[in-house]
Amino acid sequence: MQDDTAFRQETRTWLAANCPASMRSYMPVGETCSGGRHFQFISDDQKVWMQRMAERGWTAPTWPTEYGGGGLTKQHAKILHDELNAITARSPLTSMGLSMIGPALLEFGSEELKQQHLPAIVRGDIRWCQGYSEPNAGSDLAGLQAKAEDRGDHFIVNGQKVWTTYADKADWMFCLVRTDLNSAKHSGISLVLFDMTTPGVSARPILLISGSSPFCETFLDDVRVEKNQVVGDINAGWSIAKYLLTHEREMIGGIGSTTAQKTVGARAIDAVGLREGRLADEILRGEVADWEIDFMSHQLTTERVRDESTSSSLGNASAMLKLYGTELNKRRCELLLALEGLDAMRWDESSEARLWLRSKGNSIEGGTSEIQLNIIAKRILGLG
Amino acid sequence: MMKLVLDNEERMVRDSAELFLTDTAGPSLLREVRDSGNPLGYAEPLWQQMIDLGWPGILVPEEFDGLGFSQVAMGQIMEQAGMSLASSPLFSTAVLGATALTFAGNQQQKTEFLPKIAAGDLTFALAVDETARHNADHIRTVANKTDQGYSLTGSKCFVVNGQSADMLIVAARTSGSDTDKNGISLFIIASESAGIESVTTSMMDSRPVATIHLKNVHADESQRLGALDQGGATLAHLLTVANVHLTAELLGISGECFKRTLAYLKDRKQFGVAIGSFQALQHRAALLWVEIELCKSGVIKALRALDAEDKDAALLASAIKVKACKTAELATNEAIQMHGGIGMTDAFDVGFFIKRARVAQMLFGDCRYHLNKFAEYSGY
Ligand SMILES: Cc1cc2nc3c(=O)[nH]c(=O)nc-3n(C[C@H](O)[C@H](O)[C@H](O)COP(=O)(O)OP(=O)(O)OC[C@H]3O[C@@H](n4cnc5c(N)ncnc54)[C@H](O)[C@@H]3O)c2cc1C
Repeated sequence: MQDDTAFRQETRTWLAANCPASMRSYMPVGETCSGGRHFQFISDDQKVWMQRMAERGWTAPTWPTEYGGGGLTKQHAKILHDELNAITARSPLTSMGLSMIGPALLEFGSEELKQQHLPAIVRGDIRWCQGYSEPNAGSDLAGLQAKAEDRGDHFIVNGQKVWTTYADKADWMFCLVRTDLNSAKHSGISLVLFDMTTPGVSARPILLISGSSPFCETFLDDVRVEKNQVVGDINAGWSIAKYLLTHEREMIGGIGSTTAQKTVGARAIDAVGLREGRLADEILRGEVADWEIDFMSHQLTTERVRDESTSSSLGNASAMLKLYGTELNKRRCELLLALEGLDAMRWDESSEARLWLRSKGNSIEGGTSEIQLNIIAKRILGLG
Repeated sequence: MMKLVLDNEERMVRDSAELFLTDTAGPSLLREVRDSGNPLGYAEPLWQQMIDLGWPGILVPEEFDGLGFSQVAMGQIMEQAGMSLASSPLFSTAVLGATALTFAGNQQQKTEFLPKIAAGDLTFALAVDETARHNADHIRTVANKTDQGYSLTGSKCFVVNGQSADMLIVAARTSGSDTDKNGISLFIIASESAGIESVTTSMMDSRPVATIHLKNVHADESQRLGALDQGGATLAHLLTVANVHLTAELLGISGECFKRTLAYLKDRKQFGVAIGSFQALQHRAALLWVEIELCKSGVIKALRALDAEDKDAALLASAIKVKACKTAELATNEAIQMHGGIGMTDAFDVGFFIKRARVAQMLFGDCRYHLNKFAEYSGY
């Protein structure tokens, strides 16, 4: 194993040579690289940056090299992360493949599924979406009704999913379906994978209050799903689904800090100005400092929890990170709105207001704040 | 004694406003205005019906053909306008325009403008702000003395109804430096005057505002509203009145969001029961209800203080603006959160409420601005 200092030095040198200049800047809204068959790169630099990182497996730094990953230890992944931040490098690839279905496949997938799907995720070839929620199964996810009928070597799936983020842009879906209608609520669920071009799959975008349409209603009518596309055992999908959620929650919990961005403090100075070295509005000054301290505390806690963790998932601690991280991001957006005043409330494409509105969903998606609190109370504190 | 309940006349205004606006306005009307790209930001038929009801004349004294009702009465309409998201020139014309003229106008100005306001023949807009965060002490627009009167130069931003109003009330500096409290004068300027360029800005609450550039705009002595250099006091009063009415609107928004959320808590089922049966949500709903009750008391108190010309009206206005902003922030955020995914969709109306709430919160000073003001008035 290479020592940390040598790895840091080598990483720094490689990044200096390989990260295009235009990818070393704060990422504006809507310039995330999501990959996938139909992805429109905003620039050649964006494409080159994703490809170079993918070649080293650094889009998925800790995944095993046999599936295209970087094979880095946690410690080295952290160094890489620090070095990327040091040059305000944009994330080369952000996807549900990397943060959600990938980790679940690594833990529960058959060798065949790993070989089929993981390298394509690392390379950014295939973009995934999450078919969990249904109109009557939100917080009560296990109440889902989409059903898969056994037809020997395949299933026929019928049902409706909702709030499916980027179902209209994704190439594949990981989807929860009921494979046994007669067993208890949490049994009889399976996690299945299918191509979004399979006949019978249709997605209708839903307009959000922010004015964009990232999520969809997804209809599944007689969709054929091969049996080898079941992750883990048939009827054992619930625990896999929950495992996947711990990764989703860890990812969403980092929402305010995943991409390099200007600090709230710096933006406050830009917007409100200083008077004798102090932010010109006393109240805002306190609020900004308070937020920055909470943000730092959340960052440190994320780091500590990761350092402490010995398994592939943060488990119930992900509920804490998700809860606090999303509430923080909502507060951040409210603060930025307050800092920039009516300017932030103009309704144009790059308006701060759109980000602020979108942030309201952070404490809903991936399990609401209330559900995270329930998890902490029940599973960590042993209440109820 | 000033009672914190409505008298008969005020209740009558409230009831008719509720009846009319529930029927005629509502989020669907604002949605129509937005989706049709209507540059006015309001539906003209709605405004016409308000005129037919006599609303523009509510605050106009009877001797000038108005109804001469109380600020409390007007506040009831503002609250209902909040609940129904009714967008119209009512606030800028019937509250700000009428108050400015009644408070500071000379006999000739009152005679010329007030009957026209009451009849709905003339709309007004208040052009004061020059920064994205309200700062009434910062006025850089100048009115230089000329042989024939004044010449105004400067820029005003986020002028509510500025793109559609017939007349502007412009705050300009006639002496002193940019941030002096003294040396401000107010002018009544026709929006069609030579030298005025108005640029419309779309806002997230679907009510566009105007940036108004003035370049050597001429004003006669007769267009000056109130004493020379003494406009600061009038402006302060106008802003107090403006903020009190905005709190009435914010109270309406909070109340309506609460009502809708409460209904959803009873209706939506998860885990086989209504989500309102979860104590975690019950307590938050109960807390929100308490906050709205507190807000209600402050709003009527501040409205009564305006009618009584109470010397503490400005302090009360700042106090209740803080309360109303915080309550509206809570109510709108909780409304989305407790609705789950559906709360994030444009098809569902709560988005219109939260967008309007933040703009109304920010207009003429948000809760931070008024916290500072309140502390200042309180001597600490
Ligand atoms: C922006 C966004 C993106 C999303 N993307 C996806 C996606 O890609 N794929 C996907 O499958 N889903 C997605 N979702 C759906 C999301 O997971 C659900 O919205 C969420 O789980 C809540 O479900 P619901 O909307 O049905 O709300 P409900 O479950 O109906 O909740 C309504 C309210 O009741 C509260 N509540 C419910 N049960 C309890 C309880 N026991 N105790 C206390 N309070 C309770 C909730 O916290 C909430 O405040 C997305 C949602 C959003 C907002």
